[in-house]
Formats: sequence, C-alpha cells, structure tokens
Amino acid sequence: MSFLSVQNIKHSYFTKSTAVAALSDISLEVKEGEFVSFLGPSGCGKTTLLSIISGLIEPTEGRVLLEGQPISLADAKIGYMLQQDYLFPWKTIEENILLGLKLSKRLTEQSKSASLNLLRQIGLIGVETQLPKQLSGGMRQRVALVRTLATEPKLLMLDEPFSALDYQTKLKLEDLISATLKQFNKTAILVTHDISEAISMSDRVLLFSPGPGRLHKVFDIPDVIKNLTPFEARNHELFPEIFQTIWKELESFETFKK
Amino acid sequence: MKPSKNNADLLHKQYVHSLKREKRKVRLYQLLIFLLFFTSWEFSSKMKAIDPLLFSSPSKIIDLLFSKLHDGTLMENLSVTLIETIVGFILGTLLGTLLAAILWWSPMVSKVLDPYLVILNAMPKVALGPILIVGLGPGYASIISMGVIISIIITTIVVYTAFREVDSNFLKVLRIFGASRFQCFWEAILPASFPTIISTLKVNVGLSWVGVIVGEFLVSSKGLGYMITYGFQVFDFTLVWLALLVIAVFATVMYQIVAFIERKIVKE
Ligand SMILES: Nc1ncnc2c1ncn2[C@@H]1O[C@H](COP(=O)(O)OP(=O)(O)OP(=O)(O)O)[C@@H](O)[C@H]1O
Ligand SMILES: [Mg+2]
Repeated sequence: MSFLSVQNIKHSYFTKSTAVAALSDISLEVKEGEFVSFLGPSGCGKTTLLSIISGLIEPTEGRVLLEGQPISLADAKIGYMLQQDYLFPWKTIEENILLGLKLSKRLTEQSKSASLNLLRQIGLIGVETQLPKQLSGGMRQRVALVRTLATEPKLLMLDEPFSALDYQTKLKLEDLISATLKQFNKTAILVTHDISEAISMSDRVLLFSPGPGRLHKVFDIPDVIKNLTPFEARNHELFPEIFQTIWKELESFETFKK
Repeated sequence: MKPSKNNADLLHKQYVHSLKREKRKVRLYQLLIFLLFFTSWEFSSKMKAIDPLLFSSPSKIIDLLFSKLHDGTLMENLSVTLIETIVGFILGTLLGTLLAAILWWSPMVSKVLDPYLVILNAMPKVALGPILIVGLGPGYASIISMGVIISIIITTIVVYTAFREVDSNFLKVLRIFGASRFQCFWEAILPASFPTIISTLKVNVGLSWVGVIVGEFLVSSKGLGYMITYGFQVFDFTLVWLALLVIAVFATVMYQIVAFIERKIVKE
C-alpha cells in the first residue's frame, strides 16, 4: 500500500456553454517521505490536481486515497500552500501561524511553542506581533510555510511557492524548505514551471502535458543529486544532462501541439 | 552633499509652512461665511427684508434656546431623538449585516430573495410610517423601526456584496485546515468586510436621522421632530428653526464620531 494513491482521476470544469476537460485519466503513487515535483506548462491542470488531492474539489471521476483512506477536508491531514501566501492581513504573524491549530482545536501551550520555534528556526525572529504587510515577500512566504507546517500535515503540497520571488531569495528558500522537510521527513508535492527547481528539489519529477492534462512521463532523479541541497544540486555535473532530457521532452509536446 | 541637503530641508520647511498658511486661510473663510450668514440673517430679519414670522432671527432663536434649556424641554426632546437615532442606526447596521450573513450562508436564499431586495430598496421606506405606527403603537418602537427600515436594506445589499468579494483563496486556506462554514465566516468573511460595515455605519447615521424625524412628525408626542411639527402647528417658527439647528449640530457630531471610529479601526 502506498502513502498517497491517485487513481484514474478525470476532471472537467463546467460552465453554462462549455465543459472544459482539465485532467484526463491521471494515476500516480507517492511514497512516504518522498518529494515529488509536478512539472508542466501553464494550464495543464497542476493546480486542479492539487485541489483534487487536497479535497477542495471533487473530481468528475476517480478517487484519491491517503494511507488507504479516501481524503476528506475534515481530517485536515494535508497541508496546502497556495500559489500566493494568503496570510490574513488583519491577523498578526503569530495569529496567522496558529490559525490551523486553533481551527482544529489543537492549540495547546506545547503546539504553540513548537510553532513559534519553527518560525525562529526558519529565520524569522521578533516578527510575531507584526502584521503581514510589514514583511517582505520572501518573509511572508516563509510565514505561510510555517503556517502550513504548524498543523503537522502528513502530506505537504506547495503550488509554485517561489514564483513571485527574486532569484536569490528563491535559491535560499529552496534550500531552507528542502532542509526543513527532510528534518521532519515530510512527504511533499511541489508544483512548478521551472525545470531546474524540479530537478534540484525532488526525488521524482512528474511531467504533465496539456490539453487536457495527462501524466506524460516520470523522471527518477539519481541518488547523488537527491542527497545534495538544491543549491549544490544545481552545480552538479549530472544536472545539465537531466535538464536537457526533461527540456527535450517538454519541447516535444509543445511543438507537437502547434 | 551638505548644502544640497540643507536646501532640501529648507524647501521642506517652506512647504510645511505654506500648508499651514493655506489651512489657516481656509478656516478664516469658513468662519467668515458663518458670521456673514448669521449676521445677515439677523439684520434682514430686523429690517423686515425677509419675513420675520417665517424666518425668525438668530437672536430670537438663542433666546428661545436658553428658555428651553432652562425649563428642560429641549434636553428632554433632544435625548429622546438622540436615543432613537442611535438605537436605529446601530440596529439597522447590525440587522442588515445579519441579513447579509444569511444571504451569504445560503446561496439559494440569496437567489430567491434577490428581486425582493431590489423592490424593497427602490421603495421609499418612510411611506411605511403610518403602517408601522398603527402596527407597533405610537411610541419608541415604531419610531426606532422607522430609523431601522430606512437603513437596513441598503446595508444588507452593500455588506452582502462585500462578503461576496472576499478573495475565495482565503476560504481555501481555511477549508484546508478543516474549518466549518461558520469558522470561514468568522475568520475571513466578516473581518475582511469590516471596513465596509463601518462605512455603512457612517451612511446609516444620516439615514436614521431622516427615519426618526419623519417618525416623530407622525407620532407627535416627543422629540425634535415633534418640536418641528408643534412649532409649525402653533406658527412658532423660532421653535422650528431651533429644532433644525440642534438637529444639524448633533447629526454632524454623530457623523464625526462614527468617522473617527472608522479611522481608528480601519487604520489598525
Ligand atoms: N474554476 C475554473 N473554471 C473553469 N475552468 C478552469 C477553472 N480552473 C481552471 N480551469 C481550466 O482548467 C485548466 C487547468 O487549470 P489549472 O489552473 O489547473 O492549470 P495550472 O497547470 O495550474 O496552470 P498554471 O501553471 O498557470 O498555474 C485550464 O485550461 C483552465 O483554464
Ligand atoms: Mg496553477
């Protein structure tokens, strides 16, 4: 039995005049502790797939099992960081990161101090009483990560968490997130447009093709690269080769579409 | 570097100074208009350029103000009207927000009620006055209801629109955490719409004054609205003017208080 099992998912969005097929027959498995990336061009249904895995939307067909159980929002086993930070602007940083615990009535002295510790570990010191607008984009993104991790989700999903950041901040955050997740042995899914990011951060890269979205190909990242930090991985001699392979694959269906 | 910095400082000082001067000038003209208005009123009434019976005069109004203050009737009428207005606009805002919450809670209810809200909003609510008075009896209840119905529908519509405009991604964040619909409302929808609710409060202050004064016209027993109808019936227009000026002062004060609260809360 695998940790996360996505079985024959199909999804269409319905409007009055049309039905848009967003995903067609997607099946995949993720092992516990694994870090996988969903890579694919814009509009190939990556966000839709995450919404289905998290239980936010019901797929038209198919099912998702987490530890053998159908997923349900009420269990709150999944952490999902949206494409932007979506920190609540009227709540302080502390209120923001404790929100998940408060809603699931698990806010104790212990869980509170664990969350505040995590905030410090991730390099944010003395910001507890500040409001989100007083923080920079990279800091907010880190707060959003702490908020997601605070409830100790079994599965963590990140939807392009770095896309709005400058290159340097992005590289630093990649290392930080990668280290944090390894430390807690978290299973994670990262959605990205960026081939380098996918290779450097994950154990497996799942390439999706558009129109409607399907799983095109899976790339296993060699162990030597897996064990490096994302920054080191980018400088490894094998890196360009993997990049080229995935790039060619992306090209193939991009040109095919034209 | 140094001289240019000094220069910038100097220019800034001059700028601040010119702002102050401008403000003083504006205040001076405002005061002039005020004095001009009341003195020309006084004189044209004395010279009989305007009908002194209808327009009275500031001196007579002030005399009457003191005598009414002395015998306590002004305070009595004023406090009645003030209480009715305050209760009216607070209730109007709260009930309007509550209705908006119900509409948000059930999309079905909101779809069904939509045309009725449009009709109720378009209708001149003060026309319901006589019905309210017969239904609730001639007293506080019916007058406060006037203050409420005049503001409740527009509050519902404005606040409901604000509820729906809250970014749905905030709700996603909450639902991922397993939040119930009530928790979604309490943690995201309501606080995100707080600025809108406060600004409807400001509009409702004005609306409630209208409702309450019209209500008092109809009930005719107490309050500033009653002072106006009474003055009109006995042809004592000094009394009418006194009531009007008191209303103008207190409506402004109340509006300013709400505006102050708004600035405090929205600024955070
Ligand atoms: N709420 C919706 N209603 C209708 N169609 C939708 C909706 N959300 C997404 N779609 C369509 O479904 C397809 C997949 O969208 P999705 O947002 O999942 O793509 P994505 O891979 O996340 O893209 P990006 O990389 O730009 O974020 C697109 O064609 C989009 O137009
Ligand atoms: Mg997306």
